[in-house]
Amino acid sequence: MAQKPMAQNTTAQGSRSPSAQNATAQSPEELRVSTHTEKRTIAVLVDNEPGVLARVIGLFSGRGYNIESLTVTEVDPENALSRITVVTSGTPMILEQIKAQLGRLVPVHKVSDLTMAGPYVERELALVKVNGAGEKRVEALRIADIFKARVVDASHEHFVFEMTGKTDKLDAFVELMSPLGLIDVSRTGVVAIQRGPEGL
Amino acid sequence: MSTQTMPTGETTTSAEQLTGSEIVIKALIEQEVDTIFGYPGGAVLPLYDALFKQNSLRHYLVRHEQAAVHAAEGYARSTGRVGVVLVTSGPGATNAVTGLTDALMDSIPLVCFTGQVPTHLIGNDAFQEADTTGITRPCTKHNYLVKSVADLPRIIHEAFHVARSGRPGPVVIDLPKDVQQALGAYLPKDQVKHRSYNPQVKGEKGAIERAVELFAGAKRPIIYSGGGVINSGDRASVLLTEFARLTGAPITNTLMGLGAYPAGDPQFLGMLGMHGTYEANLAMHGCDVMLAVGARFDDRVTGKLSEFAPYSKKIQVDIDPSSINKNVVVDVPIVGDVAHVLEEMVRLWKQRQHKLDPNALKTWWSQIDSWRQRKCLHFEQTGDVMKPQYAINRLYEMTADRDAFITTEVGQHQMWAAQYYQFQKPNRWMTSGGLGTMGYGLPAAMGVQVAHPDALVIDIAGEASILMNMQEMSTLIQYRLPVKIFIVNNQWMGMVRQWQQLLHGERYAESYTDSLPDFVKLAEAYGAVGIRATKAAELDDKIREMLETPKPVIFDCCVDEVENCFPMIPSGSAHNQMLLGPDDHADHKTSEDGMVLV
Ligand SMILES: Cc1cc2nc3c(=O)[nH]c(=O)nc-3n(C[C@H](O)[C@H](O)[C@H](O)COP(=O)(O)OP(=O)(O)OC[C@H]3O[C@@H](n4cnc5c(N)ncnc54)[C@H](O)[C@@H]3O)c2cc1C
Ligand SMILES: Cc1ncc(C[n+]2csc(CCOP(=O)(O)OP(=O)(O)O)c2C)c(N)n1
Ligand SMILES: [Mg+2]
Repeated sequence: MAQKPMAQNTTAQGSRSPSAQNATAQSPEELRVSTHTEKRTIAVLVDNEPGVLARVIGLFSGRGYNIESLTVTEVDPENALSRITVVTSGTPMILEQIKAQLGRLVPVHKVSDLTMAGPYVERELALVKVNGAGEKRVEALRIADIFKARVVDASHEHFVFEMTGKTDKLDAFVELMSPLGLIDVSRTGVVAIQRGPEGL
Repeated sequence: MSTQTMPTGETTTSAEQLTGSEIVIKALIEQEVDTIFGYPGGAVLPLYDALFKQNSLRHYLVRHEQAAVHAAEGYARSTGRVGVVLVTSGPGATNAVTGLTDALMDSIPLVCFTGQVPTHLIGNDAFQEADTTGITRPCTKHNYLVKSVADLPRIIHEAFHVARSGRPGPVVIDLPKDVQQALGAYLPKDQVKHRSYNPQVKGEKGAIERAVELFAGAKRPIIYSGGGVINSGDRASVLLTEFARLTGAPITNTLMGLGAYPAGDPQFLGMLGMHGTYEANLAMHGCDVMLAVGARFDDRVTGKLSEFAPYSKKIQVDIDPSSINKNVVVDVPIVGDVAHVLEEMVRLWKQRQHKLDPNALKTWWSQIDSWRQRKCLHFEQTGDVMKPQYAINRLYEMTADRDAFITTEVGQHQMWAAQYYQFQKPNRWMTSGGLGTMGYGLPAAMGVQVAHPDALVIDIAGEASILMNMQEMSTLIQYRLPVKIFIVNNQWMGMVRQWQQLLHGERYAESYTDSLPDFVKLAEAYGAVGIRATKAAELDDKIREMLETPKPVIFDCCVDEVENCFPMIPSGSAHNQMLLGPDDHADHKTSEDGMVLV
């Protein structure tokens, strides 16, 4: 992709078609002028078959797209469907490409750009291990309480906190824990679902 | 869809039990396959055994698996059918990779069976094991590893569906040896339902209407059509021609689209792009409404993107949403099959009695005619030394009434073939456009000749490229395929030499091929006929001799060694920055940005 000068944030909100696979989701003017990078959360419904994740990841790496987070698990065992939630970023033109490229993978049933489709809920789970004594230990517990993190494992030396929330909240929690004896972090990556009565 | 296609009818538990190999044969026959290009090996012996026992499918034994894939491509492109390949595991599969990538780039429908080690050995570094689905994932439209014979018939039918629908492409079916031998039931194709891959063929009505209105209001219209018209089938070319005639608009074709519109027609501007005509490129640059049909705005076509057709509104018809807004943002995207969409556009145009503004159109055409006056493809043939353009022009003139099929290798000769051979019909022109694979032309010609046994099939070749799959001469002889190989022999990797001359300070690193074989003797060694022409005066007679020879011929056409291919838009330049000839490059310096491009 040719380098273009950075433009100001010109993306208009609210005028978009909800269909992510529709190549016309954004107006040509928007696509042409928007050379800034946006972040999107995209849900992809795929056949749960061997290699499907490799196909999706290979698509992103092969074409140089970003993956900020990716989660996948079977969600409909009866129909053997898995749901992939991928958080990615790019210019509006690249984001349209990402959706179109996902849409043409054979095992893909549906691609939905949750960010564009309307309000949605986004969550991530983290397990955070902190090792400390004295003041630091007390402080860790106090912060965990503020963040509504649960203690799921503990000894005299350590805690394991479980915390669910938006990515930036988890980031903040982890950051606060780091001077307090942070040992280990394990995070699930983002899962997301559209608000309201409709399904994917 | 892929694995999840569901049998709609009763499960046939009581049905006749067949081996996996027999299921393959049966499914291929049901898919109306009659030809397979392949090469045997340990992991596909059960399949070869099944082939041996039947008479419906004809197998062509190539001399290298890459050639099997290109042959299937030639077969597919010249017939509009799906090409079929069969190779063994490991090296058989890896040898096929270049062909698969070529087919992916150029939208050629193929189904390629690769043998695989038995399922219980997969992952053990077994003899001739390769992770074929892993290796071919990025170079196929889709691929399958068949783990159970129960899935096999469904997978084969799906593979054909995927290969030929939407933007066509190659599909690999990796078939472990034990699955080839296991017993299972057959499933006919009408019992396979495609769950997730069902591309849209009909364009959205509103978009088509907007497109017709936009085009009708054009003052400087142009139709830019590509390989998708060929993919869409014969009717698409007929409709494209009808739409062009109806509107009176000028039309240009991409390299992949040649033949979709009759060359020589007054509305035809020739090919556009890096080696396109002056008139086609300037008309693209100056147009106010562009109708792109089955063309993907490739970098060889657009040149510098920021200066591509700067004054235009763009309509794009493409069956693959990912081809739309990929490089160039269009104003009216239409997702659908070319023939379906053009039919509707023609109907609406007539129904609404549209007519382009006659004065504007007249002005536009006189502008175009003035560009045509530059005669950008003009060449001087003087003296004995043959100009390559002259050689191809004579080849064209002497075969124009033969409805010939032309394939090419890659390089200058390919571009001269595109410029000087005039295609009147679709499916007559087979070339490696997207991947640019040297070695494509001879095996592709082989596949074309298999599909059209009585036709004149010519591979317009370069002396460097032809050596990449020269071994297929042996296949031509074995199956009595009278392909004509017309080598435009300039002793150089001409296209490389041209770039080195124009862009790299005339430092000709490794672009001269020393110790070329004597192509006449080489032909004879294979049992074919060799003919050499060295002087312009003898060319016609020698071509005639070639055309009268009922066997494969290698024609060694010795041409000017240092001729360059013009017009040329250097990488990173715009359509209006074309070099028209050898004296034209002094005032253009390729930018640093352009230099890094290929
Ligand atoms: C040495 C060299 C030089 C070259 N120079 C040039 C040059 O000067 N000019 C040039 O044009 N090319 C040139 N090429 C070729 C170039 O690289 C591209 O391969 C070519 O331009 C692509 O052609 P296309 O746009 O027609 O697309 P194709 O690759 O043919 O793609 C077809 C498009 O049509 C779509 N499609 C497929 N089926 C259908 C259907 N049924 N309905 C609707 N849409 C469909 C596909 O989705 C795709 O977008 C050169 C190649 C080489 C090797
Ligand atoms: C397999 C492969 N390797 C390298 C190239 C790069 N390349 C493009 S054209 C060319 C030279 C082709 O020479 P020749 O076949 O003699 O054709 P000419 O340009 O002289 O007509 C080369 C090396 C390629 N296209 N394909
Ligand atoms: Mg050469």
